[in-house]
Amino acid sequence: MGCASSMPEIPNAWADGPEAADGGPLVAVHGLTKRFPVGSSPFRTPSSFIHAVDDVSFQLGHGESLGLVGESGCGKTTVGKLLVKLLEPTDGKILFRFAGDSVGAAAEPPWDAAAIRGRALRSFRRRVQMIFQDPYESMNPRRTIYDIIAEPLSLQGMRDVQDRVDSVLEILTLVGLTPAAAFLFRHPHELSGGQRQRVAIARALVIRPSFVVADEPTSMLDVSSRTGVMSLMQDLATELGVAYLYVTHDLAVARYMCQRIAVMYLGKVVEMAETEELLRNPLHPYTKALVSAVPLPDPGHRRPAPDIRGDLATPIDPPSRCRFYERCPAATAHCLNHPHPPLEEKRPGHLVACYEV
Amino acid sequence: MTDRRARLLAVDGLSLSYQTRHGEVQAVRNVSFELARGDALGLVGESGCGKTSVANCLMRLLPDNARLSAGRVLLDGQDIMRMTEEEMRLLRWRRISMVFQAAMNVLDPVYRVGQQIVEAIEAHSVESTDAAAKERVARLFRMVGLDPQLAERYPHEFSGGMRQRAVIAMALSCDPDLMIADEPTTALDVIVQDRILRELKAVQQHLEMSIIYISHDMAAVAEVTDVVGVMYAGRLVEMGETADVFRSPAHPYTAALMSSFPSVSGARRPLTGLPGEPPDLSDPPPGCPFHPRCAHATDVCRVEYPPKVRAGSHWADCWHPLDAALVPSS
Repeated sequence: MGCASSMPEIPNAWADGPEAADGGPLVAVHGLTKRFPVGSSPFRTPSSFIHAVDDVSFQLGHGESLGLVGESGCGKTTVGKLLVKLLEPTDGKILFRFAGDSVGAAAEPPWDAAAIRGRALRSFRRRVQMIFQDPYESMNPRRTIYDIIAEPLSLQGMRDVQDRVDSVLEILTLVGLTPAAAFLFRHPHELSGGQRQRVAIARALVIRPSFVVADEPTSMLDVSSRTGVMSLMQDLATELGVAYLYVTHDLAVARYMCQRIAVMYLGKVVEMAETEELLRNPLHPYTKALVSAVPLPDPGHRRPAPDIRGDLATPIDPPSRCRFYERCPAATAHCLNHPHPPLEEKRPGHLVACYEV
Repeated sequence: MTDRRARLLAVDGLSLSYQTRHGEVQAVRNVSFELARGDALGLVGESGCGKTSVANCLMRLLPDNARLSAGRVLLDGQDIMRMTEEEMRLLRWRRISMVFQAAMNVLDPVYRVGQQIVEAIEAHSVESTDAAAKERVARLFRMVGLDPQLAERYPHEFSGGMRQRAVIAMALSCDPDLMIADEPTTALDVIVQDRILRELKAVQQHLEMSIIYISHDMAAVAEVTDVVGVMYAGRLVEMGETADVFRSPAHPYTAALMSSFPSVSGARRPLTGLPGEPPDLSDPPPGCPFHPRCAHATDVCRVEYPPKVRAGSHWADCWHPLDAALVPSS
């Protein structure tokens, strides 16, 4: 940490992670696009596509946490899966800059995610991990906690059993499952939801990745364990220098977990800014509606109804105009007759995709 | 608010346990509360604290291994617990209806949504003719913000939010006096949640209906309820008008619950949270059930269940209430 001072050329304010080695952001996404064919079969070429992610670009600094927020079906989970290479993009580029040994065909960073395959994919997986939403579904119920957490270690070539046991014990202590030895040979069903999610975090972090995609890691958890898991993830981010892409539908959670927030609507990033700036001065009409729809724990407060029409439109072959047009209270003829607005900087560090801002 | 209105529901000393292989689980212990006609009550607490068990008692939808050890549930003075199964069948939906937690699974996939509601209406002979029942469905759909033409569609053609609205329309179909909504918006996005909560509020005021909201979302409860009850380990530990409880929580559990919710507005205060887990209800700790997790616990908390302290309609079961205005009632 603290190497930012030696690298003044880094444009990103949070690029002070331990691996900010060559001066670029950890992840740079350019024009990322993913389309899923609808009703395709080997005998028929699909005629329509779900535009799950459409021309999305952003950067993520070393050790930074970026929140990806939006309603279900907006494509936020697809972005997460593309970044960890669980899906291959239809179009666009994802560039990674990790410190240390090579992960791609090129010896020097940045590494193009599309070119990472085969042996390089294994070393890519050591840097990039994912935490899934449902701790009840993401673990094999027949395996012990030790098996679950040690698997990435053996896949990454840690041959010595004692080394693996030591690593597992260390990470269990780090995620707050103590005494660690008591958890080694338990099975997932013996743990509570919060404890399981801690195991999932331990499994993702045991190989010390630089980047973790966390897909709604706390939405299935009870109130009490949720706070614990949230602060644990923050502590570990500082301690291990992990960068997070935090996928969530809950703005309040994103506020606590993320330095910056990107708001997605139907496959497009419509607004991106530092967390407090975004929540205090939302500029895009969709973000405004989203922020004003969150209930407040204040019984005396009368919250005005969010200014938005209709329901989420279909992402199947959307028209080329602004994706939010049908629901937008501020839509004009200009919005109808022009393509989806570009994501532009409307205030310092505050990007908005809207003609009317 | 409570004293101006007539009492609809009185739960008195309700205790419920489940017989399991691991012994007797005391899911609800000595719970008493009242609900006025037209009021909305919120029941909050962590999972497994007995909220849904209380709701199931009110609907008398209890599994075979459940045993009601004590207590009465009076609806307009009539004890639900003493009713025959037939009397109960007539009472469900007509007087008390319920919106279940997983609304997606409540609708039968092979029938049109409207038909399923018509069936509920006819089974309780609220309307005598098919045409009148259909007209009623159209009215209900409009009330919950659905296009009446959607009544001819099948559940799989509905989005999650639409299904939830259809289930609410169904729960409203027989003009109940009381609707129990068990986590009605948990699986929904905020914008849809906001709409459904607003619609429920409007319907509640329009029909003078009482609602019991069961939720773990303190913010949503703060916005839609008049009265709130906090449950912990099967007990109701604090209750009062929502504004009083939120402004000045008396039970340390309530305060901890409130401080574990992130908020989008106001100062970004640190989340203190609530370490530990609720106790195993097959072997609850002696004294105050919250003492193992409570920062204020003293010797007396570990031995004896706390007395009620109250100020007006706001009360709590605590030896060391955080709000000094609450004093032991004589």
